[in-house]
Amino acid sequence: MQHRISEFLVGLLFGLGLILSGMTDPGKVVGFLDIFGAWDPSLALVMAGAIAVGFFAFAFAKKRTANFFGGALHLPKSNQIDKPLVIGAVLFGAGWGLAGFCPGPGLVSMASGQFKGAVFVLFMVAGMQLFEMFSRRLSQPK
Amino acid sequence: MTIDWIHFTPWLSLGGGILLGLASAAFILVNGRILGISGILGGLLVPRLGDIGWRIAFLLGMAASPFVSSLILPVGYLEVPRIEAGYIAIAIAGLLVGFGTRYGSGCTSGHGVCGLSRLSPRSLVSTLTFMGLGFFVVYVMRHAF
Repeated sequence: MQHRISEFLVGLLFGLGLILSGMTDPGKVVGFLDIFGAWDPSLALVMAGAIAVGFFAFAFAKKRTANFFGGALHLPKSNQIDKPLVIGAVLFGAGWGLAGFCPGPGLVSMASGQFKGAVFVLFMVAGMQLFEMFSRRLSQPK
Repeated sequence: MTIDWIHFTPWLSLGGGILLGLASAAFILVNGRILGISGILGGLLVPRLGDIGWRIAFLLGMAASPFVSSLILPVGYLEVPRIEAGYIAIAIAGLLVGFGTRYGSGCTSGHGVCGLSRLSPRSLVSTLTFMGLGFFVVYVMRHAF
């Protein structure tokens, strides 16, 4: 139970960070991506603030073998820079620029009662489901 | 390039970013997980026993954040979100973001925050790529025609 409570609280903290930082405002995201127009540099500071804290946390996490509850520490092992990584980021970046929503802010926007946020999440989940079907086809022996 | 001083929110964005960093720090150190939204949500589409509860708990916490922020922050403290995109653009964007983040193993949180924080070359390539595409698409939409 304490696991579930801590996960809930971390989700809440993360959502508050998204709201406060301006990430849940697609106009602000597109304003940041519009470097050739009237540029809003805010999101560079979001990244700077997050990484300034995250850097020390992950440096500490790498030295540890267990999490606070004594369970496993799931750090990614893959180092390969491959085609799926790059093609996925291309598709994601195109969609991000198109509407100004990435996954977290989309979810928070939906939760705040924003109808366009809900539409985004619906199609995002559909896109994720398409990926599952696509990857199942790829892994099938021919 | 000109700076959009009207919408620039340096302190709120830096403060919000620090909260995102603290949440990512807590998630890896306390729960032993990478805080990546596309992975947390996408994992629910291929549910495995014992791998569902933590995702739901996290997402419910996120879902509670607009309500909690409305309790903490005074009315009108934050700007009202501006959503310029129409429904068709939002639908296409959703499909691209959903498929792309799963194919590329992460999004702004997993690669952009956690990945860069742990100095992962994979995440650096991903972040530079999706940001580059974001710049490109916004340039095409706003300035190319």
